[in-house]
Amino acid sequence: MEHIQKSQRASIRINKTIIYIVCILLTLLSILPFWIMFVNATRSTPEIQSGLSLLPSVHLGSNWEVLNSKSFDAFQGFLNSLIISGCATICTVYFSSLTAYGLVAYNWKLRQPFFTFIMCVMMVPSQASAIGFYQFMYKLHWTNSFLPLILPAIAAPAVVFFMRQYLLGTLSLEIVESSRIDGAGEFKTFNRIIMPIMMPAMATQAIFAFVGNWNNLFMPLILLTDKTKYTLPIMVSLLKGDIYKTEYGSIYLGLALTVLPLFVIYFLLSRYIIAGVALGGVKE
Amino acid sequence: MRRKTVNYSKYGYIFSLPFILAFLIFSLYPILYTAVIGFTDMKGIIPKPVHILDNPFENFRELIVNNVSFRQSLSNTFLIWILNFIPQIALALLLTAWFTNQRLKVRGQGAFKVLLYMPNIITASTIAVLFNALFSYPVGPMNSILHELGFIDNPVNFLQDKTTARGIVAFIQFWMWYGNTMIVLIAGVLGINPALFEAASIDGANGYQTFFRITLPSLRPILLFSLTTSLIGGLQMFDIPQLFLGGGPDNGTLTTSVFIYGQAFKGSYLYNRAAAASMILFVIAAVLSAVLFYIMRDRDAAKLKKEEKRIKKAAKLASKGA
Repeated sequence: MEHIQKSQRASIRINKTIIYIVCILLTLLSILPFWIMFVNATRSTPEIQSGLSLLPSVHLGSNWEVLNSKSFDAFQGFLNSLIISGCATICTVYFSSLTAYGLVAYNWKLRQPFFTFIMCVMMVPSQASAIGFYQFMYKLHWTNSFLPLILPAIAAPAVVFFMRQYLLGTLSLEIVESSRIDGAGEFKTFNRIIMPIMMPAMATQAIFAFVGNWNNLFMPLILLTDKTKYTLPIMVSLLKGDIYKTEYGSIYLGLALTVLPLFVIYFLLSRYIIAGVALGGVKE
Repeated sequence: MRRKTVNYSKYGYIFSLPFILAFLIFSLYPILYTAVIGFTDMKGIIPKPVHILDNPFENFRELIVNNVSFRQSLSNTFLIWILNFIPQIALALLLTAWFTNQRLKVRGQGAFKVLLYMPNIITASTIAVLFNALFSYPVGPMNSILHELGFIDNPVNFLQDKTTARGIVAFIQFWMWYGNTMIVLIAGVLGINPALFEAASIDGANGYQTFFRITLPSLRPILLFSLTTSLIGGLQMFDIPQLFLGGGPDNGTLTTSVFIYGQAFKGSYLYNRAAAASMILFVIAAVLSAVLFYIMRDRDAAKLKKEEKRIKKAAKLASKGA
């Protein structure tokens, strides 16, 4: 008996060793490309061409100068991305919560059909409507405007779905009743009483909405042709063009700049993000 | 009491109105408009009168029958998706089995999850250009690594070869998404009734038996869910192939979305053909969504039935008691 236990313990130890080795290798695989990116952002082009190094060098300043002397305007891109992602996130989170509350708190005739409809359109790919959307915006003279990138965020079926599930689990209609007795209007009830209750769900969805908008390439690429309106993902494509052909250091620096805010957000909020991913997949 | 519900029900419509308006204007109308453009002769950068074609399905016929790059783009999309999905689901399952094994008690799970999920949140366009730089020829980080480890003598031109280019795109997709799939699957395993695992361990099942006989069958709905969402997401693959090599070399990484973008916005302005291709993509995605919807609904319906049975039983018992 003791012998069996001992051999079992030994096999668990071997298994665990393999697991840790694999996990550490995968971790390295996650980190290494970004590490090389940050390190190369500080190295000069000849250094980069002479081979790989995992230690930073001292050419950050000169790379920065080269990067800024050409068409890559990191601040402008950062600002544009921030405006679009920020406004779109606010639209998505506020109006999705409002719609979800409308679906949960009120008993209206078309409630069930509307919810079924939301479920149906959750998966419509954005490419399916892109050509019509572009032509429509072109006729409105809304190309090179941020509005077509912000306003569609009001209708986010997947977020409504998530918010509805959350409200079904947390909202008690007595709160709504008592707020009515106190004489608050329906909008006031939503803004003052319901929104604070929904805050955890809103925060989770806000993170994902923001990151999704920040990373979006397809729509901005189609709609924005004016260089001063470019978002960061479009600017990334400039780095691949001829103007930076041999300036490897500044290409890496430009790439690093576009993702730096994401790394900060991610490592500050990773707990909530991982929890949000887990929730989104289970959908119950 | 009744009057109250009548009074308030209008707010259901009011609160849903912004969503409905935004959806009608920015989603439904553009989709219908795209569908119509697919039947017309709309092309060129300067707007001119647009006519429905004599044979309305000409654009579709042209794409499916004559257009080699479109067919290539469909098969590329599918091939790259398969190449990324199989290793992705396999590795995610393996890690799930390890991380949820009560006997092994792997430590540092939180940190591993955070680091393995990380690539998913980073801008795909940046990752595409980054990998383009990492695999550059003749000197690039990847060539240096392989050379120092002694795998190659001469630098490899990864980006000029169809096979390696496709492989790298599939690898990037795999690398960005396996962490996500793993977290979803772990959440799924944590949702399985623990009594099942207890019973298995009392019956003396080993790790493999528990995983293949209990964990995997219970995960079936979530696996199907991951499969379908990944397939629909894979159909839209754009950022990585577009910025990695712009669909090249020799259309080797041309996906359907890159094809649509190229037709409409890169010099040729063939809006009608791009719209027709979008509609084909839309139909494929709709069929896949219908499958997903069916799977999910089936599950809920089964649950409802169970619930109904339980209530009936309880009612029976109650009536007996009375």
